[in-house]
Amino acid sequence: MLAGFVAGSLFPFYWAFTVGSREPGARVSTPLPGGHFLANARRVFDTVPFWQALGNSVLVSAAVAASTVVFATLAGFAFARLRFPGRDRLFGIVVAGLAVPTQLGIIPLYRAMADLGWAGGLQAVIVPNLVTALGVFLMRQYTVSAVPAELVEAARVDGCSPWGAFRHVCVPAVGPAAAFLGVFTFMTSWNDFLWPLVALDADHPTIPLVLERLQSGHYVDYSLVLAGTTLATIPVLIVFVAFGRRITTGIGQLP
Amino acid sequence: MTMSVSMRSRAPYLFILPFFAVFGFVVVYPLIYNGYLALFDWDLLDDSPAFVGFGNYAALLTDERFGRAVVNTLSLVALTTVPQLVIAIGLAALLDTRRIASRWEIGILLPCAMSLVAVAIVFANLFGPRFGLVNDALTAVGLDPVDWQADRFAAHLAIASMVDWRWTGYNALIVLAALRAVPREPHEAALLDGAGPMRRFTSVTLPLLRPTLVFVAVTSTVGGLQIFTEPKLFDMLPGANGGARGQFQTVTLYLYQAAFEDRHLGYAAAIACVLFVVIGLLAWVNYRVTRALAR
Repeated sequence: MLAGFVAGSLFPFYWAFTVGSREPGARVSTPLPGGHFLANARRVFDTVPFWQALGNSVLVSAAVAASTVVFATLAGFAFARLRFPGRDRLFGIVVAGLAVPTQLGIIPLYRAMADLGWAGGLQAVIVPNLVTALGVFLMRQYTVSAVPAELVEAARVDGCSPWGAFRHVCVPAVGPAAAFLGVFTFMTSWNDFLWPLVALDADHPTIPLVLERLQSGHYVDYSLVLAGTTLATIPVLIVFVAFGRRITTGIGQLP
Repeated sequence: MTMSVSMRSRAPYLFILPFFAVFGFVVVYPLIYNGYLALFDWDLLDDSPAFVGFGNYAALLTDERFGRAVVNTLSLVALTTVPQLVIAIGLAALLDTRRIASRWEIGILLPCAMSLVAVAIVFANLFGPRFGLVNDALTAVGLDPVDWQADRFAAHLAIASMVDWRWTGYNALIVLAALRAVPREPHEAALLDGAGPMRRFTSVTLPLLRPTLVFVAVTSTVGGLQIFTEPKLFDMLPGANGGARGQFQTVTLYLYQAAFEDRHLGYAAAIACVLFVVIGLLAWVNYRVTRALAR
């Protein structure tokens, strides 16, 4: 039964490759791959700026993931192990922030980007995602369980500044959660569609935007579109298989 | 000396400052500005907004397209949340009985590696009206092919299947983590009382999983209320956002169309405010329920 589920999970990947390797316009009823994948891939590169989009997606997702990890770890440590007036109230705002659907803010954000002169460029999709409530929440929870309060106290007594305690006590201990948050954020950013669709211009596409461009129009050439889809999925699959175990255990910590 | 003390007391605020700066920019400011915009008849192109008070909200009440989008969205929420929850529990229970579950876990999580746009494109092909694999399969077993794009409920089923395919494994892993944290003692007590495996699962395990199940149900409901990419790409007819007759247009898709295609910013902002209040209420209920259960 489990094997059936995994097969179902894999099937759309297989199907994307199968159709993406067929001859253009072919109406074949056998569900087996053809031999035209490379030819179709070449047509993808001729039709849309695939490599530019790949570069943009890597740049945006890496920047967003790195900054989210840094800022969320900092804030998570402060909320978990530092004492300051207003701490619990401010953390309450983080928790409330978990539930706020940020994509409903696209109209005000779009106007703000236009006013700042950022609309169209990559900074328009990087800056709003520099850190998330989910990231801060996760790192705070993990810091509470992985960084003993006594250790932070001892470091402070020894003359460590809050920054020193963060560097020498917190950072070495929160690696697993930070790695999960990094991969998770990278993938979320990689998949983002609505906001990039609104905020980016035709000269700054990301992968989802060029895929959409391939598919739009009255006549859809699926051997072309699904070859592009397969190409776009390969990098994420690699990340996924490389970090698989970390992701599956990290997801269990979400609620 | 005084200098270093004041530096120290400021440090925690510096640590949380980046988060609150971004939060203010992407959450607080849009929230307030949406509420303000919604009071105006505001065209994206000309900057001469006319104050209409609650006129946009009143117009929403009689807007047929909006009403249809609300019904479509609720239908999709039901078709995604319920099956996901049921299957995720079953999958988690299955995985829990395996000793070496980690390889299976990655297997059922793989759909998350495919981007939403890619999922929508692949499924749009599978559910193609004439040459799709699903219709080929239906005809092969002697059933009539279905026009998955034109028929309203069929389109909802197809779109829900994308969401369910991508997220069920993910939710199963969340349930699985909670399942592994369930203490053994109540189980053993029930075993001594002669309860069978099914009975032990429903009357001992499930109640202990309740907070996690509420989390899964609410995150998938909130996700479902914002569904955009799948219906946007399901039928790529130029100019139609969610089917020729709006048969699978969702609220977020309508919001996008109102703002960036029809350019009615005030009206779109009113849609955003309504959706925000609905999601906020849901989150609040979730918070109360989870807290009550955790006691």
